[in-house]
Amino acid sequence: MKVWFYGDLDGINTDMLFPGKYTYTCSTAEEILPHLLEDLDSQFASNVQSGDLIFAGSNFGCGSSREQPVLGLKAVGVEAVVAKSFARIFYRAAVNQGLILIECPKAVEAYKDGSRVEFDPNSGTISVDGSVFTFPTLPPEIIAIRDAGGLLAYTDAVLKRKKD
Amino acid sequence: MGMTFAEKLLARKASLDHVVPGQIVFVEPDYLLSHDNTSAIVGKVVDLLDQYGVANPDRHIIVLDHVVPAASEKHAKGHKVIREYVKKFGIRHFYDVGRGICHQVVLEEGFATPGSLIVGSDSHTCSYGAVGCFATGIDRTEAAALLLTGKTWFKVPSSIKITVTGSLPKHVSAKDFILQIIADLGADGAGYKSVEFHGETHNLSLDDRITIANMGIEMGAKAAVFPVDELAEEYLLQIGVTPDRYDSLWADEDASYERAFHYELNSIQPRIAKPHAVDNGARVDDVAGLKIDQCLLGTCTNGRVRDFHEAAEILKGKHVHPDVRLLLLPASNAILNTLIQDGTLQILIAAGSVLLPTGCGPCLGAHQGALAPGERCLSTSNRNFKGRMGCAESEIYLASPATIAASAVKGCISDPRNIEMEAKQ
Ligand code: SF4
Repeated sequence: MKVWFYGDLDGINTDMLFPGKYTYTCSTAEEILPHLLEDLDSQFASNVQSGDLIFAGSNFGCGSSREQPVLGLKAVGVEAVVAKSFARIFYRAAVNQGLILIECPKAVEAYKDGSRVEFDPNSGTISVDGSVFTFPTLPPEIIAIRDAGGLLAYTDAVLKRKKD
Repeated sequence: MGMTFAEKLLARKASLDHVVPGQIVFVEPDYLLSHDNTSAIVGKVVDLLDQYGVANPDRHIIVLDHVVPAASEKHAKGHKVIREYVKKFGIRHFYDVGRGICHQVVLEEGFATPGSLIVGSDSHTCSYGAVGCFATGIDRTEAAALLLTGKTWFKVPSSIKITVTGSLPKHVSAKDFILQIIADLGADGAGYKSVEFHGETHNLSLDDRITIANMGIEMGAKAAVFPVDELAEEYLLQIGVTPDRYDSLWADEDASYERAFHYELNSIQPRIAKPHAVDNGARVDDVAGLKIDQCLLGTCTNGRVRDFHEAAEILKGKHVHPDVRLLLLPASNAILNTLIQDGTLQILIAAGSVLLPTGCGPCLGAHQGALAPGERCLSTSNRNFKGRMGCAESEIYLASPATIAASAVKGCISDPRNIEMEAKQ
């Protein structure tokens, strides 16, 4: 597990996570992955591995409503994004894809190169080198969406129940 | 305790008497907007759509605008998928290539009404706050689920109050004002919040309000809204929306706001946003003289008739600097038509500008007007993110139509108020 640390950068926007020029030509995971974080970190797309974490500053994911950054991060198996704060549309897109976001400025500040990180989204705690920080847990309505495996699986189940 | 606009509106939509910030409510939006991304949205749920159909076909608005006319076979295929979806599910509110940029079309067609709730799979959906509509952007998956159920959830936002007094001086516009606000509050200064404008808002025209609401998302706002006054009612009437079609509402006097700001409009100066963030603000004077390669006049932020009039006033009888390309991007064909009829377009073309098809194109770097490494563009759009116009090694500065017109003539960033002074001398 590797931590991709961008904790000193605020306002990492959707164009940095996935350039707008590809928005209408790339929608599948295979198409998205080569361009993930292209204008932010050219090493990311070729080296990221399942289980990796991203640490970032405030307002992560601001800008466009494009969903490719979330789809891409989920598809490569990024375990969670830990940031000082998230932009609203990005946050919602992550819930809808079942990508875990942790809003915890203190954890980002505590991180040093090589720190050991553990977290539990259900109890709302994250530890960095043994120091434990808390972050707000999600309301039950939203946990239901995440636990169903994302919004589409959740919607499918709701529609089925209605039909029966 | 009274409620803010956002609280009142979400309470109404959720059929509740009272809501508080942080509460989750389930609502049925009045409309769902999507654009070229409709093909990707529909693609997610093809099977489910075949099984269950579209919940409310008459509530789905689709405008093809982002890459129009199609720039490649791939884009064309996406458009074709959308046209087929429209036919198959009987989507009445479909606007094909050339009608305009989605947000302008939603306003012109009278979908955005006071007191209503609109969601769109585009971040600048917040524009409709200009007519007292609670409007906000959502992701594609949320849009796909909405097609199937017609319902979604919202967290009731806390709110920021911005009180304005006075009116904007000549050659200073709503764009300068919103750039000032974003520089002050920061790119996440209104994160998750409803920004509600109070005070002498009647001194701002509807075009001004649209420009301001449009850029609400650039400070993270969930919605940015204006009260509905006589001016707004007149505007709505002009586009055929009679008062019986809406039930407007506004914040209570004793509503509770998280933060409050006051702006005296007379003291606003021409502003600019430097690369690569919208809150990287400066006065135009601070960066005057910087050479530019391209200017983009238009987009959903500043592509309306008044914006082109302001530019034409400065460009009349002059010529764009030989080192500069000035691109015109009117926000709709209705606007373009007015500009043709009233002679504005003739002035702008005679001055050496290039007319692009009504749509988004260069604004998101997807179609035409791309930049080369090392080039600098001055744009009336709403975002100057790195790489936004197709090249990560180029620079985008954001400014008002008047600043762009003055700068296009000079070949460098210029204060529009100086052009006027020079003309007098
Ligand atoms: S003009 Fe630009 S900001 Fe507006 S909808 Fe189109 S791409 Fe988005």
